[in-house]
Amino acid sequence: MTNVSGAPGAADSGTAPEPVAERKVSETLHFARRNPKLLIGLSIVLGFLVLGLVGPLFIDHDPNEYVGPQTQSPNGEYWFGTTTFGQDVWAQFVYGVRSTFIIGFLGGGIAFILGTTVGFVAGYKGGIIDEILNMITNVVLVLPALVVLIVAVAYLDVKGLFVQGLFIGLTSWPWAARAVRSQALTLANRDYVDLARLSGRRTWRIITSEMAPNMSSYLVMSFILMFGGAVLIAAGLDFIGLGPSNGVSLGMMLESAMQWSALQLGMWWWFLPPGAGITAIVGSMYILNVGLDEVFNPKLREL
Amino acid sequence: MWRYIGRKSFVYLLTFIVAVTINWMIPRFMPGDPVRSMLTRAAIDDPDALARMTDYYNEVFGLDKPLYEQYFAFWAGLFRGDLGVSVMLYPQEVTDIILRAVPYTLALLLPAILLSWIIGNRFGAFAARSKILDNTLLPVGYILTATPYMWLALLLAWSLGIVAGVFPTSGGYSFSLRPEFSWLFISSLITHWVLPFLSMFIVALGGWAIGMRNLIIYELEADYSNYLKSLGAPRKLIRRYAFRNAMLPQITGLAVQLGTVIAGALLTEIVFNYPGLGSLILDSLNSRDFFLLQGVFLFVVVGVLIANFIIDIIYVLVDPRTRVQMTGGAS
Repeated sequence: MTNVSGAPGAADSGTAPEPVAERKVSETLHFARRNPKLLIGLSIVLGFLVLGLVGPLFIDHDPNEYVGPQTQSPNGEYWFGTTTFGQDVWAQFVYGVRSTFIIGFLGGGIAFILGTTVGFVAGYKGGIIDEILNMITNVVLVLPALVVLIVAVAYLDVKGLFVQGLFIGLTSWPWAARAVRSQALTLANRDYVDLARLSGRRTWRIITSEMAPNMSSYLVMSFILMFGGAVLIAAGLDFIGLGPSNGVSLGMMLESAMQWSALQLGMWWWFLPPGAGITAIVGSMYILNVGLDEVFNPKLREL
Repeated sequence: MWRYIGRKSFVYLLTFIVAVTINWMIPRFMPGDPVRSMLTRAAIDDPDALARMTDYYNEVFGLDKPLYEQYFAFWAGLFRGDLGVSVMLYPQEVTDIILRAVPYTLALLLPAILLSWIIGNRFGAFAARSKILDNTLLPVGYILTATPYMWLALLLAWSLGIVAGVFPTSGGYSFSLRPEFSWLFISSLITHWVLPFLSMFIVALGGWAIGMRNLIIYELEADYSNYLKSLGAPRKLIRRYAFRNAMLPQITGLAVQLGTVIAGALLTEIVFNYPGLGSLILDSLNSRDFFLLQGVFLFVVVGVLIANFIIDIIYVLVDPRTRVQMTGGAS
């Protein structure tokens, strides 16, 4: 966890003169405020985050409970209509958005921590350790994550959000490892890293305080990609019916809509919102990512 | 070149061993009794048949032998092409059931992957650095890659299939037909194929277009592009050089994305009830047919490995540097 919390702030490096750092921050902010992709993406993501955090507080019944009349199209009382059993689709949607963020942070976070650790160690240490770690990365990279997950989760009797996040994290880290490794390789031989090594610092300290801050933007962006990937994989698992037992998620809404033939019955309000929710959250994260890239990388800024 | 291919093959061999080991480990180390939980869900009425099946599966799992013996027995069975007998369709071999489903999955996957890759690349190269296209189509591309495969499949099935009634939305061919070599049957196959293909194609297209666009922008910043520009070379020529250079990472990208696309194919098949591997996975999960499930897993992994190998060979053919330098780390 240390490399994550230490990454964006870069507070403990101590080597950079203060005024330069200050100017750099204000310059970043200057471009950030003027980047429409960043602003639009960020506001949609934050909007959904607030919906997922606050929305469930206003719903006084269980989202899977049969509360209303059956098969209602959207109306004043049930904003997104009801299912064939009289479940409130809006309630399910709000809880689903919440669990989407939870699985994104859990699965994406675990994958990120594993991937950056492997990538940093491989890139910094080099030699035989790099060879071995790179081999492992390539092996896990080639295995199709969703199919491995299906087989693994199928044998579990009790499935929870946490277990799902853990499994997703364990299968989707190699991408981050490769990206971080290639960056760490170029940083490992810089003078200031050599200096830190000469001064006798521990490897772990060098990675977290010398190397990570210098690629913080890169790390933030790979976390966002891991988050999006985890959300999509989780949606796929839920859709197959391997979602958390007794839970609510957007993928499980799609599954039950499919299973109870919402398509044939023309109940578009049942399957339209969950997919749109996933697409909006992940899509705006990707667009936010492009915005961040443009802010941090002067070459990509529009002139 | 041979060193490069040899190195890659070693990784694939290792991956195969890991995949088989995972396959062997999961039922044995997960909590619970796999044989019982499999057979209780299988809904068999005849107690005699149940006893016979329990005996059979207990023997196949070989749970009473020491672990290493179980492991080697598993490998031995694998090399005989024996993946066990299905619970869902009891006397049938898992291998036969899977081989019947594979053509449908391939018929979806291959055209979807290749066409989306080719068209996406062209499109991305075209959109790069032209302001209007970049600002309108780029967000569309990102939204497409963020779309869950099954949701787009549901949308297409609903809009084009049920509301407009243009295409059928379920199955691989009409239920009133039997598989035969006739015009009627083939046209039925094609109409049933269109929607699943289309939904996969559209989702995959966005990703390739974005990737190409980003790579072209990167290449246009490179020294050789600037040099050509300063010489007064036409824009079209510079773009052609940039495109050829940007192709290489896209070929590698094809290998990296394969797992995601296959996952997408499985999910799409489930929506359309298409008789490929995806529907097989769902059926085997619902009837707890772990032999079938694990067989499908192995088939998918082997398919991914073969595809990766082909992509590697293409990469060597396309990029002269891998033939000369033989740097394994660069790929």
